[in-house]
Amino acid sequence: MDEDGMYETSIGPQSGRVSQNDLDVGLLQIVEPDGSYASEEVPALHDDQLCDLYRWMLLERTFDERMVKLQRRGELGTFGSGYGQEASIIGSGYALKDEDWLLGMGREAGAMFLQGLPMRDMILFWRGIEDANREMAKRNLMIAISIGSHLPLVTGAAWGMQLDGADSVVAAYFGDGASSTGAVHEGMNFAGVLGAPAVFFCQNNQYAISTPFEKQTQARSLAQRAVGYGIDGIRVDGNDVLAVYKAMAEAREAAQAGSPMLVESLTYRLGAHTTSDDPTRYRDRTEEAQWKRRDPLDRYESFLRSEGLWSEINHEAILEDVNNEFDAALQAADEYEPRHVDEMFDYLYAELPPSLQQQLVEFKAFLEDRPDAYDYIDQRAKG
Amino acid sequence: MQETIVGAINDALHSEMDADERVLIFGEDIAESGGVFRATDGLKERFGDDRVLDTPLSEIAIVGGAAGLAMYGYRPVAEIQFSGFLPPAFDQLVTHASRIRWRTRGEWSAPLVIRTPYGAGVKALEHHSESLEGVYGHLPGLKVVVPSTPRDAKGLLTAAIRDPDPVLVMEPKQIYRSFRDEVPEESYEEPIGEAAIRREGSELSVISWGAMMYPTLQAVENLGVDAEVIDLRTISPLDDETVVESVKKTGRALIVHEAARTGGFGSELIACINDRALMYLKAPIERITGFDVPVPLLSMEDYYLPNPPRIEEGIKRVLTA
Repeated sequence: MDEDGMYETSIGPQSGRVSQNDLDVGLLQIVEPDGSYASEEVPALHDDQLCDLYRWMLLERTFDERMVKLQRRGELGTFGSGYGQEASIIGSGYALKDEDWLLGMGREAGAMFLQGLPMRDMILFWRGIEDANREMAKRNLMIAISIGSHLPLVTGAAWGMQLDGADSVVAAYFGDGASSTGAVHEGMNFAGVLGAPAVFFCQNNQYAISTPFEKQTQARSLAQRAVGYGIDGIRVDGNDVLAVYKAMAEAREAAQAGSPMLVESLTYRLGAHTTSDDPTRYRDRTEEAQWKRRDPLDRYESFLRSEGLWSEINHEAILEDVNNEFDAALQAADEYEPRHVDEMFDYLYAELPPSLQQQLVEFKAFLEDRPDAYDYIDQRAKG
Repeated sequence: MQETIVGAINDALHSEMDADERVLIFGEDIAESGGVFRATDGLKERFGDDRVLDTPLSEIAIVGGAAGLAMYGYRPVAEIQFSGFLPPAFDQLVTHASRIRWRTRGEWSAPLVIRTPYGAGVKALEHHSESLEGVYGHLPGLKVVVPSTPRDAKGLLTAAIRDPDPVLVMEPKQIYRSFRDEVPEESYEEPIGEAAIRREGSELSVISWGAMMYPTLQAVENLGVDAEVIDLRTISPLDDETVVESVKKTGRALIVHEAARTGGFGSELIACINDRALMYLKAPIERITGFDVPVPLLSMEDYYLPNPPRIEEGIKRVLTA
């Protein structure tokens, strides 16, 4: 900005004040909660793509249900389900291209499946098997468990794409809780300065474990923050798969053209934060019931019915397919070759430093001397 | 050619940017102004805006951005203006940069370099004098080097930029311009993970690194003792071999560092000697270090930093114990 530009104002009142009231950004919706929509607003997708979106949402829901059951049987570590957020996860993931990167936070399984990640590898991830991260990286995917910490990486990788003139973007997936961390602010602000092809996709599911959105921030929306970072934002109904798809597709296009964007997808986590969490401790059933009435699959079903496409959907057949896919993935995960403890030392450096080599040698000698030392691992439940 | 440490750093940056198009330089005030210490002077003019970039005042974004660029295939060399400003970005080092290769089982790596001037003795404001090499050296997956001569500054930075893993280069700003020394004009690497013996001797081993090398060498000279003086040069991965072999020979050891004592890197060196050379010791190992307080402001920082008289007293105790 030139020196004179600082003194010119093009937005807001002339008083120099800006308030929350100036930043009411509304909500992008295509299919209203009652199922009504304006045809001209519907994204230009083919009928088979429109049906495909339903199939993917059902896959997400089924995957989450099966994973929770698996955890309950002691065959998985802690798991975070995307129940209730299917439109948000699938609508966004469907707008990404094969060559895009997706650095997420763990509650976007379907978006990663859309990028080609086998279901087996997602099971391995939640079983705490590091190889899952390798399989993700092969498809330019990563899950950052440390909340919000990955946004600067997103900006960095997008900067690399910008320098290469690549035909791709990096999508960050994160939540409303993450939006309060410093790394998120710094990552987005820097992306704005660089004009890097990054899309910051925030699933505002209204809870960070037990902390509701209104305790997370007094900002009216997360989308409005984009303005502060010098980028554009969209606030979209995260239970409306077509709206999420449209928002993400627009954001992707803008990012490619040098304008990173923040997309706030307003949704609701109908399940627990993870299998270790009990939401009855911090939110009431009436609120959950209200959001159950906004079920993203139901809303999309009514759209497909209005379009005359519901007859194309064989709900039971999809369920059977998806369950079969899950069974096969689970079997492949169960058959995954046992790993050697050496792997704990592998890959930390391109070349193992002598002192670390020594630790490995000592550890192996211990294992030889005391083969009983870890017998208890086999005796406890998996995960 | 005769160069200062900061001049040697500038030289290394020029040659590595020349040699590898993937090398990018960025940080606060490093492009237009050439850095507050002028370490990056002339780079923007030579290599252009795309490769030499002023960033927002945003350490998390600088370090995390470097990690993202490195994952994507670039060779970022980011400057953190003073090492006292690195703690906000500590999370990016711990959580991502140091473990990208490990996390992804070798599929990705993060060959980034963070350069940062560290240490006291330049009469700076609060938070401009820290020496946290022991903290960073504790992180698995991160290499940490601390050069003390112009030759090492160029060679270690060159090696860091070419290294396939993340390297933190802590530059002793107190001696950035204190003296000039011979530096080869052509490009070369000083190996990461190898200490240097600055002075051979038989009476005791004195181990130090960075800016503290000079008061240490001065103290040895003042006393006229036959000390073996080791410049560690790399904090992680530690060259324990050189330390252990020297202590086996001399049977006595003194460690000098300007970081606070408790949990400082001297503790690790003592543990290392304990593991492999305890039975060779003729006296307890001594440490001359900063005190367990924050680095005082400029009016009192001299009392915090180890100086030749304090080191001399330490040497005498080790020799007479």
